[in-house]
Amino acid sequence: MTALFQILIFPGFLFLSVFGLVAEFVDRKLYARFQNRIGPPYFQPFADIIKLIAKEDLIPGEANPKMFRLTPLFALASTVTAFLYIPIWGTNSVYSFNGDLIVVLYLLMVPALAVFIGGWYSTSLYARIGSVRTVTQLFAYEVPLFMGVLSPALLANTWSLNEMAQFYSRNPWYSVFNLIGFGVSLVALLGKLEKVPFDIPEAETEIVAGSFVEYSGKLLAFFRLTFDIKMVVCASLLAVCFLPFGLKLNPAVVFLLFLVKVFCIVALISLARSVAARLRIDQMIRFCWKYLVPLALMQLFINLILKEILLK
Amino acid sequence: MAERDKFKIPVGPQHPSLKEPTSFSVALRGEEITGIDVRLGYNHRGIEKACEERTYIQDMYLIERICGICSHSHSTCFIQGVEEIAKIEVPKRALYIRTLVGELERIHSHLLWLGVAGHEIGFDTLLMYTWRDREIVMDVLALLTGNRVNYGINTIGGVRRDITREQMKEVTRAMDSLEERTKYYIKIASEETTIIKRLSGVGVLSKEDALRFCVVGPTARASGVDHDVRRDDPYAAYSEISFNVITDNHNDVYGRTVVRLKELMESYKIIRQLLEKLPEGPVSVKVPRKIPAGEVVSRYEAPRGEDLHYIKANGTDKPERVKVRAPTLANIQAVKHMLKNRLLADLPIVVAAIDPCFSCTDRLISVRGEDEETPGIMTWENLHSYSVEWYRKRGLDFSKLK
Repeated sequence: MTALFQILIFPGFLFLSVFGLVAEFVDRKLYARFQNRIGPPYFQPFADIIKLIAKEDLIPGEANPKMFRLTPLFALASTVTAFLYIPIWGTNSVYSFNGDLIVVLYLLMVPALAVFIGGWYSTSLYARIGSVRTVTQLFAYEVPLFMGVLSPALLANTWSLNEMAQFYSRNPWYSVFNLIGFGVSLVALLGKLEKVPFDIPEAETEIVAGSFVEYSGKLLAFFRLTFDIKMVVCASLLAVCFLPFGLKLNPAVVFLLFLVKVFCIVALISLARSVAARLRIDQMIRFCWKYLVPLALMQLFINLILKEILLK
Repeated sequence: MAERDKFKIPVGPQHPSLKEPTSFSVALRGEEITGIDVRLGYNHRGIEKACEERTYIQDMYLIERICGICSHSHSTCFIQGVEEIAKIEVPKRALYIRTLVGELERIHSHLLWLGVAGHEIGFDTLLMYTWRDREIVMDVLALLTGNRVNYGINTIGGVRRDITREQMKEVTRAMDSLEERTKYYIKIASEETTIIKRLSGVGVLSKEDALRFCVVGPTARASGVDHDVRRDDPYAAYSEISFNVITDNHNDVYGRTVVRLKELMESYKIIRQLLEKLPEGPVSVKVPRKIPAGEVVSRYEAPRGEDLHYIKANGTDKPERVKVRAPTLANIQAVKHMLKNRLLADLPIVVAAIDPCFSCTDRLISVRGEDEETPGIMTWENLHSYSVEWYRKRGLDFSKLK
């Protein structure tokens, strides 16, 4: 019963949906304000989702209906599952084992693959190009993101998010050493979330909406929700790994502080997408391998050396 | 995929990157463009034919509606031609006001273009900023002419509205704030890394190719072709104004951006001079309804390039033939060349960089051969010998010219 509550309501699906939509609102409002626009009212993301759910599902005649319907669910399920391993109040998550960091990163990769399969099976030309771009981009940002997120874990000498949080709550100032990793992960995150300057897979002016061209109604609503949830889950992961402050306070305060951290990261994402133009796919890949990967490697080396000095 | 080389995606007639319907059928190998077919004609409205059935004054309003952005360019180009046939001396003050509105139109068009270019490369902040600033010039245009888009200020023999001292002050104030904003955009364009990455080296058109494709306007000037009707064949008040023709040697989309931004600065300069030198006097003269027979080619430097109108009058109050060559028609063929072996991601910005206006461009030409022996389509050799023969009948010998 508790497990069901945790999966479906808190911190599972329902909480995450609301959290994700609020984050989308924050993102859209800030983006609008950065652009000197008024921006949407607070209920806009909710209204969008409700409207989409009320619409008809259209499935292209040539598409594989089973795969077409299933991929949004795969994406949503894996993102929600990933959140169960992230400690959001203090240093305890719902489930934890040694190695859950890797599992979370893996689960967060599934939506990209789901988008690829969904786009490919929808047989639209735009969707095919978008799908191929999604996967091409995947290979560029995942490596720096993995290295960036793993470097604080390396310093904490654990693969478990809970133990990592415990380590940094004992030595909160150690997280200062991970600043490069934070920067690298944040930039890689823009690629993962397909935000400008890395929104190449759904570049509106080139391939209309990429993989989602043929999606409509409930299925598109699911994808939209997945991306909102993915944004908060990724931001949570970064908050846990790189911003481990105030973890020893009252759990309620820690939880509120966690929300603030997540919204700060969302704000950084909005800032990034309002000050940059979209890169081309070749430029994006070159950028990731030429700058992000070496920086992430540098962070790993720094942490290896620090581990020898500080922890001996 | 089995048919890998035949992977063709349609960009248009309905596509988010195009603001007007036109069709690009793009053949792709991966992300690389291997071939591209441009097809115009989704927006044909039969304006040229309609002009033949209306009086000159009615035509002027019809022609103003060819384009929503450079409406003043088309109407000025047309009435300049009509005035030339009718040999009308237009008052100086009217010419100055025409030039003023023309330059304000250039400002609003270039700012609009900058926003569209920003949107095409996914930089929506630039779009929002430039279109906000564009409102300043739109308000000025509404103040001077009463309209934001189709100004309706021209009339044959002058302009319909005079401008007052207060309005002149308002224009000067608007120019000051716009100049400041434009300096900021020039700074952004020269410093922002993602913009430079997306624009430079994209859509390259060398000077030779620019001349070969006969491109016009900022597209030509960004390839180093020093050509501007305002200076080369001055009309309205341009002969009394000093300004620079901006050229650039980048040859790419970045160059076209630079040219347009610098042209904005020149426009502010021109407008200040116009307001300073504005002569006193009437703003229009009376013109007879019937225009004497004759024909004329009228040229005008629209924001997008050289606009060309051909008018043939037959002595009645209606023209016998009106032909419009909008600048986009001159530029559109170069797009195909610019996109050869480039990436799909460059397509929207390269198309946008010529600042296309497809509804201006769309014409219907039907080629009909009456029988097998007189085919409707002429080859280059046929056309050449035909023109040589045509001139020989009139006493000129061009047969040595190749």
